Amino acid sequence: MLEFLQRLKFPLPQASTFAPKVDLLYDFIFYSSVFLFIPTIVAMIYFGWKYRTKPNDNREVPYIDGHHTFEWFISAFVGVIFFIIFVWGLIGFNELHNPPAGTYEIGVVGKQWMWEFNYSNGKTTRNELYLPKGIPVKLVMSSPDVLHSFYVVNFRVKQDVVPGMYTTLWFQADQLGEHDIFCAEYCGTAHSNMLAKAIVLEPEQFKAWLQGSDPNQLTQLEIGKKIFNTRNCVACHSVTGVQTQAGPTVKGLFNRKVNLSDGTQVVANEDYIRTSIINPATHVVKGFRPIMPAFQGLLSENDISAVIAYIKSLKE
Amino acid sequence: MSVANSDVNYINSPKGLWSWLVTIDHKRIGIMYLFTTLAFFALGGIFALLLRIEHLTPGRTIMDANQYNIAFTLHGAIMVFMFIVPNVPAAFGNFFLPIMIGAKDVAFPKINLLSYYVFWLGAILAVCAIIFGGVDTGWTFYTPYSIRTNTAVIFMASGAFIMGMSSILTGLNFIVTVHKLRAPGMTFFHLPLFIWGIYATAIIQVLATPVIGMTVALLIMERVFGIGFFDPALGGDPILFQHFFWFYSHPAVYIMIVPGMAIISEIIPAFSKKTIFGYKPIAYSSLAIAFASFIVWGHHMFTSGQSYLASLLFSVATIIIGVPTAIKIVNWVATMYKGKVSWETPMLYAMAFIFMFSIGGLTGLFHISLAVSVHLHDTYFVVAHFHYVMMGGTVMAMLGGLHYWWPKMFGVMYNECLGKIGAALMFIGFNMTFGSQFIMGNLGMPRRYYDYAERFQPLHQVSTVGSWFIAASFLLTMSYLIYSLFKGKKAPANPWDAKSLEWTIASPPPTENFLTDPVVTEPYPYGTPNKARSHA
Repeated sequence: MLEFLQRLKFPLPQASTFAPKVDLLYDFIFYSSVFLFIPTIVAMIYFGWKYRTKPNDNREVPYIDGHHTFEWFISAFVGVIFFIIFVWGLIGFNELHNPPAGTYEIGVVGKQWMWEFNYSNGKTTRNELYLPKGIPVKLVMSSPDVLHSFYVVNFRVKQDVVPGMYTTLWFQADQLGEHDIFCAEYCGTAHSNMLAKAIVLEPEQFKAWLQGSDPNQLTQLEIGKKIFNTRNCVACHSVTGVQTQAGPTVKGLFNRKVNLSDGTQVVANEDYIRTSIINPATHVVKGFRPIMPAFQGLLSENDISAVIAYIKSLKE
Repeated sequence: MSVANSDVNYINSPKGLWSWLVTIDHKRIGIMYLFTTLAFFALGGIFALLLRIEHLTPGRTIMDANQYNIAFTLHGAIMVFMFIVPNVPAAFGNFFLPIMIGAKDVAFPKINLLSYYVFWLGAILAVCAIIFGGVDTGWTFYTPYSIRTNTAVIFMASGAFIMGMSSILTGLNFIVTVHKLRAPGMTFFHLPLFIWGIYATAIIQVLATPVIGMTVALLIMERVFGIGFFDPALGGDPILFQHFFWFYSHPAVYIMIVPGMAIISEIIPAFSKKTIFGYKPIAYSSLAIAFASFIVWGHHMFTSGQSYLASLLFSVATIIIGVPTAIKIVNWVATMYKGKVSWETPMLYAMAFIFMFSIGGLTGLFHISLAVSVHLHDTYFVVAHFHYVMMGGTVMAMLGGLHYWWPKMFGVMYNECLGKIGAALMFIGFNMTFGSQFIMGNLGMPRRYYDYAERFQPLHQVSTVGSWFIAASFLLTMSYLIYSLFKGKKAPANPWDAKSLEWTIASPPPTENFLTDPVVTEPYPYGTPNKARSHA
């Protein structure tokens, strides 16, 4: 039974130095709760059954209207347990709020609906946060639009990303591999698609990645596909032909006639797609709202060409 | 003590729809509130069922992302502002508060009727928000999203503002009524505990509700005139909004649960045939919760970016509020000791309340403990926690109260066997629906997610199937209750052999409640009545 409960509780990887500490405290609270819950419920069911009334029940019911010592005992007893839980939680929180000296800083921008990570040497990634294993990292986070929240389950850390101010978060990843990053503060249509990966590398690998220009040469089409996914174009524009309310599908788009909201009709050629990426408000497809962010200055010309190549390849 | 039921009562005299619409009888206003809030409960419930169906599969099942965002917002806003806040105080409070203190009506009967129509005005605005495309901010209206989204935020916010005014009027009325209109012998410590709970709630309603009014007023000014209070693009502070919002909405959590606790404090002695254990601790704990509820709002904001010191203080304040809650639970269980316990439907709901509310309370411990709270914040763990409190707590208490007082309110008996089946279905369905959400939250499933990773699917499916049990239970309950109105057996004045004042008058009560002025000696005279009270 205990093993089963244990499995229900935390089958999660403990991929940061915080994770085992959080889980230990979680266990303490869990077992304290069970310890308080079981006697309460057992007493309720036992009293309910033992003293159940029967037809022609002539028992004299005693008049017991309270017990001072009992009340004080219960108050003190739960008070002490609650206080331990508070202090223990504060210790962990204290650690979370006081990063050690010499952390490695990474800039984070959360925006509708993608994550952007800026490294000190000018390197920028989207929806892929590369991290060195065993080195404390501090994220300095901001948002240009609405609230978001940076949440890595496997690290047990979370911090809201607030427009108009910087928030910070530090952790030390110590498990190689990929870990999910979620946006945990509701931010609109594609909130649940605002996903990213934390990719933990050995420190040498991380160094090589950081300095390397492009470790795996990709074809233009592969680059386009990658941008399309990491920039979360796919959150609103499906590549499978499924229509979402957020945006039209790009499958079979190239060279098709498109009806716009101003009543005109255009052919979706290279120019059309390019304009729609860098300044989407120019052409709004009929039946959709002008909600797509402009990518002007965010994508290089090469990137745009690659995305167009990718869209061209998605034939009906 | 029993009184022959007369043919003239508050329901049939005077007759006609108009006489109901302009009534100043607290019982009729209570009944109108009851059916109004239950109708909104059904509406909010339909949105909940749609949300659960959407989660049967990852990706699209029946609706798209924007529709989902609107659905969860409307579910929350309707349930909070239009059902759970007004339901118990305005429906059961209105009906029973004057009777239980031996009064003929509330202190200000016309203000009481006004509060009902003000509530409707707010509700109509909220319904307008639904008609004009819905709202997609979440019931919390967090800025700056609520400033920027082009959905009907202003309608819903104005609705919340106006329904808040109704809530203040009700609270004020109840405070004055309790102070001024008690029957001879009804000292404060002879008040039934239901009254203590409603009184504590009324204090919170009067003191906290103006803050939500101001907050949504600022929000509306920012949206309409572009004055920068909360949006940093206009020079505002989004976290300030969260402080304002929770300064009301945390006390509001206790506006929702304290009346539920108050009902349980009536049902347990009545179905144990024994005086309440720890009258004063329960009464004082209601007041303690009411006052402490004002200093804990920041525990909703541990990851918001508020200062470390603020988080520390809000965390320690929150453990204080846990103690009176624990006291109440222990005293209810102790009341059953050596009683004559009968397992009728109201008692089943009361026991379900103790079971589920205990889980709801204990899982609160995970959220006051800062380090764990950071991990669980904004996941399904929170969703499960507050549903165990709000639904496992307040709604179970409401259902218990509805069955307990049904014979008194309408003078008919419901079908006891169907009642038990309904309670059992509810218990199973509720724990399936929300128990599975604790596990999902642990695994890191964030809340308000339209789409989810495939590994969560089995748990989501358990939750969805559970919601169908809940729906079945409600349909069954509403069916036999409505059936009983037309074909139910006539109820005697005191079918449960309970001892508080409302059971000394006819079912349904006459318009003036009491034919002769009642005299009160003590609130729960079971066992050996009139024996000197040793404690309390």
